[in-house]
Amino acid sequence: MSRHVVAGVAEVPPGRCKLVTAKGREIGLFNVGGKFFALANRCPHKGGPLCDGRITGLTQSSGPGDYRVIRAGEFLRCPWHGWEFEIATGQSYCDPNTMRARQFNVTVAAGDELVKGPYIAESFPVAVEKDYLVVEL
Amino acid sequence: MKIPFAGAIDCDLHPAVPDVAALMPYLDPFWREHLAERYIDQSPFTLASYAPQLPHAVRHDWRPQKGVPGADLDALRRHALDAFGTRLAIANVLHGAVALFNADMAAALCTAVNKWLAREWLDREPRLRASILVPPQDVDLAVAEIERCASDRRFVQVLLLVMGDRPLGHRTYWPIYRAAEKHGLTIGVHAGSTFRHAPTGSGWPSYHLEDSVLQATAFEDTLVSFLAEGVFQKFPGTKLVLMESGFSWLPTLLWRTNRSWRGVRTEVPWIDRPPADIVRDHVRFTLQPLDVPDADVLNRIMDHVRSDELILFSTDYPHWQFDGDDVLPEGLSDAMLRKILIDNPLATYPRLGAAAVADRTRAAMREELPP
Amino acid sequence: MNKPVTEQQVKTAQKLGFVDCDIHPVQRSPKDLYAYLEQRWREHIENFGGHLCQGLAGQLPFPRMMASGMRADAYPSNGGPPGCDLELMQRQHLDLNGCATGMMICLSRGGMEERNLEFGAALAHAVNDWQIHDWVEKDRRLKAGVVVPQEYPEFAAREIDARAAENAAFRQVIISPRSIEPLGRRKYWPIYEAAARNNLVLGLHPAGNPNGHPSSGTGWGTYYMQEHYTFGTSMIGNVVSLISEGVFERFPGLKVAMIESGFSWAPSLGWRMDKQWQRMRKETPHLKRPPSEYLREHFWFCTQPMEEPENPADIHDVLDWIGWDRLMFSSDYPHWDYDDPDVALNFKMTEEQRSAIMRDNATALYRLS
Repeated sequence: MSRHVVAGVAEVPPGRCKLVTAKGREIGLFNVGGKFFALANRCPHKGGPLCDGRITGLTQSSGPGDYRVIRAGEFLRCPWHGWEFEIATGQSYCDPNTMRARQFNVTVAAGDELVKGPYIAESFPVAVEKDYLVVEL
Repeated sequence: MKIPFAGAIDCDLHPAVPDVAALMPYLDPFWREHLAERYIDQSPFTLASYAPQLPHAVRHDWRPQKGVPGADLDALRRHALDAFGTRLAIANVLHGAVALFNADMAAALCTAVNKWLAREWLDREPRLRASILVPPQDVDLAVAEIERCASDRRFVQVLLLVMGDRPLGHRTYWPIYRAAEKHGLTIGVHAGSTFRHAPTGSGWPSYHLEDSVLQATAFEDTLVSFLAEGVFQKFPGTKLVLMESGFSWLPTLLWRTNRSWRGVRTEVPWIDRPPADIVRDHVRFTLQPLDVPDADVLNRIMDHVRSDELILFSTDYPHWQFDGDDVLPEGLSDAMLRKILIDNPLATYPRLGAAAVADRTRAAMREELPP
Repeated sequence: MNKPVTEQQVKTAQKLGFVDCDIHPVQRSPKDLYAYLEQRWREHIENFGGHLCQGLAGQLPFPRMMASGMRADAYPSNGGPPGCDLELMQRQHLDLNGCATGMMICLSRGGMEERNLEFGAALAHAVNDWQIHDWVEKDRRLKAGVVVPQEYPEFAAREIDARAAENAAFRQVIISPRSIEPLGRRKYWPIYEAAARNNLVLGLHPAGNPNGHPSSGTGWGTYYMQEHYTFGTSMIGNVVSLISEGVFERFPGLKVAMIESGFSWAPSLGWRMDKQWQRMRKETPHLKRPPSEYLREHFWFCTQPMEEPENPADIHDVLDWIGWDRLMFSSDYPHWDYDDPDVALNFKMTEEQRSAIMRDNATALYRLS
């Protein structure tokens, strides 16, 4: 396992995925309510570019004709077949036990730590004053 | 193969109304007069799907010398009940009233059919149970008829044809399902069409063969309608029985709806679990016709659908689905036979009075069939 | 957005040189066809537009789930709908996946459901020109299908004869299975005669626009979930019609590709047809053999949308029943339920079986080598 500095925190606002590459893999970075998550850009269903999908809430219903959206911004729909994944866990909404998007640990590190610490910065300029996202894979 | 033991529950056979005259005692004075005045009392009310000369409509050795096939109780006893050692049989009367456009006329005739069925069949033959024939043309009238029949526990099901004005899961039909759920009646959807629409999305086929084969696709579309419309969420007590559907199409439906559900879920968010699970809980299929070449394939199909609880025994008398006594495929396990012949039907129809029937059925199973 | 191309993936796909039996190029706009339309029809488009059997103009009454039914990542960066940009198609699919041959199925603006038959004929003719000039001539991996309006069989037959003679890139005939009569009916026989005469496969692919009938014998559904399902059931109606009407007795050389209509239903249909035909044989004396034999000999099935049994191994039963020589890989690029060639066939099979599905069966059917 190695740690990779992939983006500045400011580059990942809520509601928008930032795609980065680390160790040859495409990874999508997400900001859900100030917490950061990283998912492989590959849908576990049929290999689609999951992180290109729409960030949505969760549609719920108490019965036919009733529609509600909760948990805005916490889900991702694969752009191919529309499967829904919970960003925080990578779990497919319809098959939480058997279908999960690959997740990576992501932490926030301050610039000055990164300048000194053992993280690998892949051609990514790190400034001492800012916060950065570090992905482990 | 023959049925190996007595006590089976036949979930689909077809007594027939011999003529409108037989219904006259059960019609009120206006309709008696009106039908006679318009010579409608001379009409056979035969559904086009089952016109009696059609090969599938009547097995040749079950065809009476004269009269309407299925109209004679003694013949039905001999051919359908005694011959198979049947403990109980559910009568589905496929009467043409459901194909009329005048809803009031249809409702009057349906009521008459149900009254006739109760008096002249159920009262005379304790092995018989029945479906309530309802007029699909008017849902309020259909519900009224369900309410009228509900207190007679020998009515166990509401009968609808698979092809009518619109897919049966549609909300316009929900009062029927509400009433059925309330009274513990199953929803029995039987093959047949009122031909309000062409049988296919490309229009009208030339041959009866095609109409007949394509009933299966109508059942598929109907089941998808029940799933998509959320009938099973709205009325969780619903048991849907598809009759004469030829269920070997079921794996495709389960696989296809499971796959598409995951992508279309936000359109129909009341579907809260895989459609295949919903089908296994709520839907059953009568045995005839058996659209598989042998028991090996049947066993594979049941593996594909992941349940041995879905199939309900039926003879489909007097329709022609098998020859002689050969009502079952060779090579089914004893356990599977028990399920098809007895356990699955008992579990499906709340109003069969499962506990009492089960005791008597187990006793009957030890009887040998008459030679 | 591209998926990351791993070396392994490229090696696998390119090694195979697979045939993709379902790719959908579309025009950027009607103007893409103007070069191939007479002035009279260019004006007709501007003054009248299409005339279909539905209540919305230029919009589907059963809206799709994803971006008009397209992969959300397939929109070209320089504008236009998914499928209009050859360069993106190459990058995102043909090159990326190592596609050796792509069979184009042109569903848009081909006039197959157009109520004005002369207009429909003009559109079909234009789309056939467009396929050659805008696609085949720019990427020789692509093969074309002669798009014809099935409700105008005399024109269709002429168009098929002309295109077959003119360009070997045309390998099949594309009609809409949402026809006004079941496709086996005699009205359509001139089309089958022309296809058979020219050794062109009949390609049947579900169409979006209705043609006067509800999608199902049970009537109109409510939700797209139901409409999507009828793409399969309505194709079954046409298969039954083609067989029952004796089209394959009359045209024994005719072969049919079932594209994007699934395949697991075929064995069940064969058993059911045979059983009923046994009883009803006298109605159709023109059928000399059980219906399932015509199904077995004249129909090929594309893999997309791939079936997903709850137990994945169950797919083997279906393939054994259908025949491993009958299935052909298709991606359905750029539609939303796209099947990726590296991932879609995720069940165990021998190398021979994989080659058959990914390449050999289509190569034989479309006579590609």
